[in-house]
Amino acid sequence: MSKQINVALIGNPNTGKTSVFNALTGLNQKVGNYPGITVEKKQGICKLNRGVKAHIIDLPGTYSLNASSLDENVVIELLLNKNDKDFPDIAVVVSDVENLKRNLLLFTQIKDLQIPTILVINMADRMKYKGISLDIEHLEVQLNTKIALISTRKNEGIDYLKQLISNYKDISKNACSNVFDIDKDYFNSLQQAFPNQLLYKLWLVITQDVNFGKTDRNEIDAIADFKTKSKADLKRLQQKETIKRYQFINNVLKKGLTIDTSKAKDLRSKLDRVLTHKIWGYVIFFFILLIIFQAIYDWSSVPMDFIDNTFASLSEWTKNHLPQGAFTDLIAEGIIPGLGGIVIFIPQIAFLFLFISILEESGYMSRVVFLMDNIMKRFGLSGKSVVPLISGTACAIPAIMATRNIESWKERLITILVTPFTTCAARLPVYLIIISLVIPEGRFFGLGYQALTLMLLYLIGFGTAVTSAYFLNKILKIKSKTFFVVEMPNYKLPLFKNVALTVIEKTKSFVFGAGKIILAISIILWFLASYGPGENFNNAENIIKTEYASNHLSEEHLEEKIASYKLEHSFIGIAGRTIEPIISPLGYDWKIGIAIVSSFAAREVFVGTLATIYSVGSDDEATIKNRMAAEVNPILGGPLFNFASGISLLLFYAFAMQCMSTLAIVKRETNSWKWPMWQLAIMSTFAYIVAFIAFQLLK
Amino acid sequence: MQNTLAHLKRGERGVITDVSSIHIPLKLLEMGCLPGNLVKLVQLAPFKDPMYLNINGTHLAIRKETAIHILINKI
Repeated sequence: MSKQINVALIGNPNTGKTSVFNALTGLNQKVGNYPGITVEKKQGICKLNRGVKAHIIDLPGTYSLNASSLDENVVIELLLNKNDKDFPDIAVVVSDVENLKRNLLLFTQIKDLQIPTILVINMADRMKYKGISLDIEHLEVQLNTKIALISTRKNEGIDYLKQLISNYKDISKNACSNVFDIDKDYFNSLQQAFPNQLLYKLWLVITQDVNFGKTDRNEIDAIADFKTKSKADLKRLQQKETIKRYQFINNVLKKGLTIDTSKAKDLRSKLDRVLTHKIWGYVIFFFILLIIFQAIYDWSSVPMDFIDNTFASLSEWTKNHLPQGAFTDLIAEGIIPGLGGIVIFIPQIAFLFLFISILEESGYMSRVVFLMDNIMKRFGLSGKSVVPLISGTACAIPAIMATRNIESWKERLITILVTPFTTCAARLPVYLIIISLVIPEGRFFGLGYQALTLMLLYLIGFGTAVTSAYFLNKILKIKSKTFFVVEMPNYKLPLFKNVALTVIEKTKSFVFGAGKIILAISIILWFLASYGPGENFNNAENIIKTEYASNHLSEEHLEEKIASYKLEHSFIGIAGRTIEPIISPLGYDWKIGIAIVSSFAAREVFVGTLATIYSVGSDDEATIKNRMAAEVNPILGGPLFNFASGISLLLFYAFAMQCMSTLAIVKRETNSWKWPMWQLAIMSTFAYIVAFIAFQLLK
Repeated sequence: MQNTLAHLKRGERGVITDVSSIHIPLKLLEMGCLPGNLVKLVQLAPFKDPMYLNINGTHLAIRKETAIHILINKI
């Protein structure tokens, strides 16, 4: 019978923990969220010898067991709760050979929880190059554990690590330091009050409140009452504890580790001199951004066209080969286009994550955070907000997920709230068609008006994001610790396996996460556009045939007229007419109204909806454009899409929160409906007011 | 003379003498910012903030508002 043991992978960020996880589990891994919170939960299966399976949990990177972010709190919650089904039989602490001293701090803390703990020293291949030598035997004795010296880059030592894991029962459970000497009286009385509990566990539970606020601790609730020290005193004790631990570690390493600095060749300082330079740093960053944009727009257009065509022909095929009826229509007009609307973003999302994961793996991203922090801080953001704001130009969904490593809740929340202002890919189809309708083709200093308008819209998006961040920073009264400590890791060549797994994982989570919502919305939209109450809808065919009986319309043209008439009297058409009084001050008629309402789910729906309304069967751009250009404003006369209404629409789409999936992600990331609802209300109101002013001034 | 970390110029080094202020996140201590340790200012962002430091072999960036609470002796 096969047996399963729980293995927790723990370690500092940038130690190659993910590489170890990937080396152990390969493709046998899955990512989810911890129940109730949005921190990623990575787990996988590793087959050990003799039919034993290891269930490996990759815990978020942490420097110690004193939590200061949601990510880090997950580690402590798991290690303190013996009843958790994931509670580890063995903890594997991953450290990197260059920062061994700092990594051992976390190791000694976990050891003090009396969990069997193995020490993995990664990046062994760099030892020679850095002039480092280790006395493993000495370290094993001093730290009372087993050590695996490995290199994930060269795939060395993984088998030995597996062997150590399967023999986990041989690993000592004893603590390796005695930190309670820092205040004997206090710890003695604590132990007397709770004689059945592990002293270090008690201490952690007490101090988590100081660092992180209330944590859920079912077992030892009574501790909350044990308050004999002020918060400041507790913090001082924690500082003493840290110093004490480092004293122990320094003693251990005195004999166990030698570094011959004369051998160290420093590539890092050379690269840093350029990449964090106050001029060159920004120039290089700007060029990297250009390449990313180029990739997202140009390189992904080929696969996107392919996906678009494939889904269009699939829909056509379904219509022709399945028996006619409502069910076939739902599949062909609701579900397939709905799925297509999700799948089409895969190339952009994959490219975006490819670049972001390369930048992160290589260590460059920390340099960007360093370069941008001061600028972003002025707007109430953090240097770490740069990544979400860049990602937002592809899609706000992965961008908002990328805010998770911002320590300060206030900075993180503001980033989440303003990211949807950056111009995402879904706005492009809307922008392009309206710009081509209302902006003349002339040139200004060699630059086309149309291209300038598009660029201006991107700048408006980014500008609004940072400006609203500035105001949110003033308005929001959230107390949160705003400290900023970023480790600048050594530069590394990204491992192909890690990058590939990240791209696959993130893309999958986008498709299934956002996909469910977009699919549901497109089914509802299909229903509302396909059914309507009363005579007008049900007898559309007869009404139109009678009306145009003398016009000798072609079969195709007549069908288009009927479809258009039906849409006008469908539920969604009625909704459009109802809201007409609200939107006519912006220069729109009920048809644009419908397109706005239906594109609430996702902006790119706008063009498709107009295509249907203007009774065009295909979304061939030239044709819709001609129809749109020919539309007459029912109240004011003249073309419906003129400069005033066009600008008004462009601005409306720049600001309005027209994306269900983003709202869903914001709900998930903030764990409440309050923030997405505020976001929806404020962004839509703002969009309405700006569009109103623009139209009234320009008309 | 007592200086703080914020007084360091690019390329200069010092030894940390005191960090016991409650203004400093525990995390910074855990990353090696402890009395007795050597610190070097590697790089400054424009407007001299944040600061990119090498503290005892760990490379990290902190904001100036934190750096002024860390006392050092320049060497």
